[in-house]
Amino acid sequence: MNVLGIPKQILALAFIFTIIIAALVVARMLFIPPSFGRYGHYRADAVDEVIAQEINYAGYEACIECHDEIYEPKEKSHHKGVSCEVCHGPAAKHVQAPDEFVPGAPRKRGYCPLCHDYNPSRPTGFPQIITELHNPGKACMTCHDPHNPLLPHTPEECSACHREIANTKRVSHHASLACVRCHTVPDEHLVHPKFALAQAPVEREFCGECHAKDADTGRDVPRIDLDTHGERYLCWDCHYPHHPEAR
Amino acid sequence: MVTNIMTGLQNISGYIYPNEFELHWGILIVVYPYLTGLVAGAFILASLERVFNVKVLQPVYRLSLLSALAFLFVAPLPLLVHLGHPERSFEMFLTPYTSSAMAMFGFVYAWYLMVVLLLEIWFDYRKDMVIWSKEKRGLMRFVYRILPLGVTDVSEKSILFDNKIGRIITIIGIPSAFLLHGYVGFIFGSVKANPWWSSVLMPIVFLFSAIVSGIALILIIYMVTTMFRLKTMSMPCLNKLAEFLLYAIIVDLSLESLDFIQRLYESEESIKILSEMISSRLFLSLIVSQVILGSIVPMVSLVWARFGRLPDEMRRMAYFIAAILVQVGIFSTRWNVVIGGQLFSKSLRGLTVYKMQLFGLEGLLMTGFLLILPLIILYLLSKLLPPWPDSEAKVQYSQAGDHGLR
Amino acid sequence: MKKKKSAPLSRRDFLIICSKALPFTGLLFFPFTANRLLFGQEIDEYDPTQHDYAMGIDIHKCIGCGRCADACKKENNVPKEPYYFRTWVERYIISTEGESYVDSPNGGIDGFPDLKGDIDILRTFFVPKLCNQCANPPCVQVCPVGATFASRDGVVLVDEKYCVGCRYCIQACPYGARFLHPVKKVADKCTFCYHRLVRGLLPACVEVCPTQARIFGEVGLRSSPLRRFLRFNDVVVLKPALNTKPKVYYAGADGEVR
Repeated sequence: MNVLGIPKQILALAFIFTIIIAALVVARMLFIPPSFGRYGHYRADAVDEVIAQEINYAGYEACIECHDEIYEPKEKSHHKGVSCEVCHGPAAKHVQAPDEFVPGAPRKRGYCPLCHDYNPSRPTGFPQIITELHNPGKACMTCHDPHNPLLPHTPEECSACHREIANTKRVSHHASLACVRCHTVPDEHLVHPKFALAQAPVEREFCGECHAKDADTGRDVPRIDLDTHGERYLCWDCHYPHHPEAR
Repeated sequence: MVTNIMTGLQNISGYIYPNEFELHWGILIVVYPYLTGLVAGAFILASLERVFNVKVLQPVYRLSLLSALAFLFVAPLPLLVHLGHPERSFEMFLTPYTSSAMAMFGFVYAWYLMVVLLLEIWFDYRKDMVIWSKEKRGLMRFVYRILPLGVTDVSEKSILFDNKIGRIITIIGIPSAFLLHGYVGFIFGSVKANPWWSSVLMPIVFLFSAIVSGIALILIIYMVTTMFRLKTMSMPCLNKLAEFLLYAIIVDLSLESLDFIQRLYESEESIKILSEMISSRLFLSLIVSQVILGSIVPMVSLVWARFGRLPDEMRRMAYFIAAILVQVGIFSTRWNVVIGGQLFSKSLRGLTVYKMQLFGLEGLLMTGFLLILPLIILYLLSKLLPPWPDSEAKVQYSQAGDHGLR
Repeated sequence: MKKKKSAPLSRRDFLIICSKALPFTGLLFFPFTANRLLFGQEIDEYDPTQHDYAMGIDIHKCIGCGRCADACKKENNVPKEPYYFRTWVERYIISTEGESYVDSPNGGIDGFPDLKGDIDILRTFFVPKLCNQCANPPCVQVCPVGATFASRDGVVLVDEKYCVGCRYCIQACPYGARFLHPVKKVADKCTFCYHRLVRGLLPACVEVCPTQARIFGEVGLRSSPLRRFLRFNDVVVLKPALNTKPKVYYAGADGEVR
């Protein structure tokens, strides 16, 4: 039964396994994509295929190249930094064939509220409206120029922007106080809120004007002794002035 | 597809990431570890007879081997069918990524199929095939002439060599079977993004549940085939199978309880959503089907049937029912791992639902087909290589012509 | 100008015509300049080893308009259905009882509806999400065939022609940033708009963010806006315990964000 002392079983199986392994080796040589493993365990050509993807958004720079007459005033307005394609949609085709493809513009009332409809989750100070109450039926563009979106008239109420704070204050003991009772608001703040911030009180004595023992205010106003009441702290460290629940 | 998802939307509770609306691994991926577990379990059972000399299990030795082979053939099919591009699956052998558990599984599978199971069966049946090639006529004779690969030597020395190699392969086979199913556990257990899967115990739990399901499977197949062949069952063999099944269930249940208690006690970030999932979406499949019906009831009935005073008839019945329940339980185990791991959002804030389809490549009918297919293959294999103790070929000039040669 | 009929152009007339036509000659060359603008620089000049991208997200600036998610779908032809997103915006509302409510209807593209139930709001904010382009990406680790990979500039990409669609990467992603493309049947995810980066353009979501809540740039470049963002903000990454080393940094992210 032996050839060179090796059992026949082993010879037969060795033969079969050699064929299988050889087939696998040949298959690997034939079927592994040529660019596989050039830079790592992947097909290097795949990167080029990803790169070959078509561009739809041309980018701000491309728009500015031609439309500087819109860009310049817009860059000085509140919509500074808002890319043209945010509202006008992807415009790479327009860059390649300016006359054949003209990007649209949202002229209806529905689009602007995507950013400007009141939503408590939006950062405080971001200009928002309650769309149902804000000049119903009118297109936004009748009053506001999206390329220079100044307000037709400055809002009289602070709550136009600071709605969340206003809502809180409304249900608090400070409901009857006007915002300007505590905050000094420069006129510029109404036009450029980020550049000219409103000022808040900085001293304990300010609260003391109403709440100190000897303050000249109504009898139902809670009183404290400024010298003994939490002296190391500022009032607003413990009491949120817009909802000053005292415990 | 779309309507399925839309109806699914209404059943989502809490918040899930938008991309999680679709469940990515469906019932086919439940079938895959289930089948692999049966393979590993059946093989480990076979090795008990061969390596550990548990002689009473001799009637099921060859049956276990063939069952393992039949189920192993089908095990990768659900994976293949669920792929988005099955025609590219060969890439897993061309450019396997060594850090990917799934890629390495292809090699573990190939090793197990080619080096362990096929070889062991070949060495075990070679003598028989040579003899059958002389006895049979027609096509079968032709097949039996090819299969021994030209090694027609049936001298005593040669058969002794077969037995020796067979034993060595079985010894290699035990860690390989552990590897095969432990690895399936690792595919899930190594996903750190998923707190339901990510656990070091996962491979071990998978392994023991595999042994449980494999023994139960052989118990069922042995009882059914013996009944249809109108032979008498070997009661000592059944008793031994039931004993091993019982021990395996006890270990498996203890491990799973350990995992569960550990999770509950550590009470990590994910515990809230996982408990919510267990008490709502997985209540039926986990508490009822896996733990009560699939583990506790069979455990109690096995203790009662094995160690109680019962007539053999009743005892067989109890074994059979316990084995069937165990199958249901292990299938639920796979379901709870695979589907359960996708029912909660990785944001840990919400639960989704799994909508199973009836038709289609990933549907219920396909699943049924894949579960029946191994049994059909096993039937064909048993025609080709009869695994019954009474059908083993006798070598005429050998004085001890049956299995006692070893 | 009056043109004399049938007379040859005088030297002076010619110059006048030329000067008038000058602005329009630009149009002749327009397609070339446009292409240069669109494609920024020649792709051949692009050296991936010289780049290392990252994104910053300033939660205090995000207004939840969903323009990023919308632009992403338009730029990358992501399926329109509301369960395939390369980027999306989540709304977090934390009630005074400490309960968190999170939603992301259609990824935020259509805005966020008013809450019908009255939750007593403690804090609330928006969080844009996208692929974190992890430096230690679990999706790449598990891909059996090498169909998803980190490019030499550190962007995790998918090879559409090689992906087998096994979805292991989707399971491995802790951020839910991957999905199976319903038509192509391959894994799909954010590429940081890689096709734009190599041409010197910004990712589409960054391009359209009206409040500059998304900041993009090179980690290694002193002058990059991202460097400035990282210098002036306390940043966190999502799920840091998983050691995925994300390259999307959040400023102002609440502990509830995950």
